[in-house]
Amino acid sequence: MFEGLTSRFEGILRRARSRGRLGPEEVDDLLREIRLALLEADVHLDVVGVFLERIRERALGAELSGVLNPGQQVVKVVLEELTLILGGETMKFTYAPKPPTVVLLAGLQGSGKTTTAAKLARWFKSSGRNPMLVGADLQRPAAVAQLETLGERIGIPVFSQPTDPVAVAVAGRAEAARLGRDVVIFDTAGRLAVDDELMEEVRGISEAVQPDHTLLVIDSMMGQDAVNVATAFHDRLSLDAVVLTKLDGDARGGAALSVREVVGCPIAFASTGEGLSDLDAFHPNRMASRILGMGDVETLIEQVETTYDREQAEDAAARMLEGRFTLDDFLEQVNQLRRMGPLSSVMKMVPGMSQQMAGVDEALDEGRIDRIEGIINSMTPAERIDPGLIDGSRRSRIAAGSGAQPSEITQLLRQFREMRKMMKKMGGSGSGGRSSKRRGKRRKGGRAAGAEPTGSDRPATKGLALPGLGDPAEAEEWILRGPGR
Amino acid sequence: MSLRSRLGRARNAFSAQVRGVRSVSTVDAATWDALEEALILADLGVSTTADVIAAVRRRADAEAGDEPDVVLDLLRAEVVERLGSHDRSLARGGDPSVWLFVGVNGVGKTTTVGKLGRMEVQAGTGVVLAAGDTFRAAAADQLALWGDEVGAAVVSGAEGADPSSVIFDAVEHAAAVGADLVLADTAGRVHTRGNLMDELSKVRRVAEKGSGTVTETLLVIDSTTGQNGLVQARRFTEAADVTGVVLTKLDGSARGGIVVAVQEELGIPVKMVGVGEGPDDLLAFDPVEFVDALFELDDDVEA
Repeated sequence: MFEGLTSRFEGILRRARSRGRLGPEEVDDLLREIRLALLEADVHLDVVGVFLERIRERALGAELSGVLNPGQQVVKVVLEELTLILGGETMKFTYAPKPPTVVLLAGLQGSGKTTTAAKLARWFKSSGRNPMLVGADLQRPAAVAQLETLGERIGIPVFSQPTDPVAVAVAGRAEAARLGRDVVIFDTAGRLAVDDELMEEVRGISEAVQPDHTLLVIDSMMGQDAVNVATAFHDRLSLDAVVLTKLDGDARGGAALSVREVVGCPIAFASTGEGLSDLDAFHPNRMASRILGMGDVETLIEQVETTYDREQAEDAAARMLEGRFTLDDFLEQVNQLRRMGPLSSVMKMVPGMSQQMAGVDEALDEGRIDRIEGIINSMTPAERIDPGLIDGSRRSRIAAGSGAQPSEITQLLRQFREMRKMMKKMGGSGSGGRSSKRRGKRRKGGRAAGAEPTGSDRPATKGLALPGLGDPAEAEEWILRGPGR
Repeated sequence: MSLRSRLGRARNAFSAQVRGVRSVSTVDAATWDALEEALILADLGVSTTADVIAAVRRRADAEAGDEPDVVLDLLRAEVVERLGSHDRSLARGGDPSVWLFVGVNGVGKTTTVGKLGRMEVQAGTGVVLAAGDTFRAAAADQLALWGDEVGAAVVSGAEGADPSSVIFDAVEHAAAVGADLVLADTAGRVHTRGNLMDELSKVRRVAEKGSGTVTETLLVIDSTTGQNGLVQARRFTEAADVTGVVLTKLDGSARGGIVVAVQEELGIPVKMVGVGEGPDDLLAFDPVEFVDALFELDDDVEA
């Protein structure tokens, strides 16, 4: 289910490559795979249809340019179009000339409005504003208490009163003006898009407080219904932006695409965790890769950067991808990765990795790492560099030293070999491995010329190519830089 | 009251496909496409949809049925069959019995505990509510309000307390006062958070350390959930041995079709559905009614 689009492309592209060109037939096959990937990611059926038409035109037209190979071209087109739809204008938070700036949150039950309200308040506060929260959800028991607790935690006042939602909103706005707060955020009750009465109520609130920004809060796990919901809220409230919540899960988040396409306003924020600071600006290019199941390369890079020091990363990545790493490196890698978070989720961010990791996943099971560490520590330095030295008697010695069963050692060595082989394959991407000379050249040429400062010479990513898509350098370039920049 | 009549107001444009199918004289390729679209729009997912359509086509060929009504009947029967013929009653037999409610954030666990508490109290069961969501601000307050409303004792701990011990205390309290049933709320958690899933496994174990027996672990799934619902079900089952699904918010415009895949792949039956915020808005799951609502096979409900 989570296998990447790129790995699905491989078969089709191999066929195309053997013919040296991409015909309409292959484009159809590719489009079918893209359709499947988008539907599995919960992109709305109609949105998928519109999207594929655009892709078809561009894929067939682009065929003539011949700059990239056909496979790269199609993936590039897909990512570009997805990013384009998801991106568009960036949400600029304009503040009302006469404070307070009014922000209204709306959405279904359980989409995460109350938590988002608090996160936004914190975000405004850290941008130097003086926000205030208004609890206008008088429906869900203890919703106001929840908001008050959160407000206390972040040191932001919360206003509410047990009257009715419109009255609370009006009084809250007046209170914000009286207290001189310059941003006021209204949390409202969750409501079904089909509930006319409650939809009218939220419109009443909106009319009463005249929001400068009306934000729809949408759960990234949402399925096909996201379109209906977004449409209904947009019709009543004329939305200005969307907040996408629960992105810390593994949902592919196709709802983002559907909503963006339907309401046409930007996705301003993404909520990525339970902490009140877990609210980030929305990154269209990352979301595009995520929807396609291609891995969130940029997030991985950021995590790598904050965890590794750069030199070490250069080294480690080079060795890792050339398959020359030792058991010492392996242990080091595993410990480094462990600092970044759950290994499986880290590995899933690497394009093509989610599928390829299946066989070695077990070797990286968090619970077994301590044991692996024990085994490796019981080896001599020579054995760690060249595990081939380990024969029966050495194995018994290591087993006795680490308290492991000999069979566990055999298993570890086998998994290590598999992993090394797999890394090598990924690093080489069919071009038979590459020399450090070539790496250096590429960095000087292609990347120094790149306009994107943040992605241009990041370490650890040099081999994160799309398997099977020809020259990894180019593929990687546009993934990192994002299309259209 | 039937699910279908409860859902009357919610149904709209979705059924265009199905209605279109009914108006043709014979079923052709375009009809099959329309049916496939209807299933995908109901969140059954691409592979389940393909399986269902292929099976129905085989049946239609075998029975030489190319009339729309025949095909629709076959389709309905196929999905009902895939939902299985389980015992969907909620298991008791513990002393007390513990029903544990688990799921991702915002699906409606606390509300479901409250509603089910009301039903059980009305049926004469001695009920204790355990406020095992010690993470979300004011979740215990929310459950306490439910407890007051339905007349059930609520056992809660401090915010940030160990949920296992809160639920353990609730079970012991139930045993001491002779209550038959503990409804244990837990904090919503995204299933990719390993430590939180481990915490849930512990909750499940500790709930049986004392007098009680966990006779149901109910995964609460929001009807709007897309294909991630299957992954959720898998992870929660690994962590806490899920015995059934409660499908909430089915009164919206979402169809909750992901439960078909959950049933098929994991063998976990849907036991209850939530259809609103009113007093009688938690219903036993009926596959036939669910499928009728899925396809809107009701002539009275026209947009």
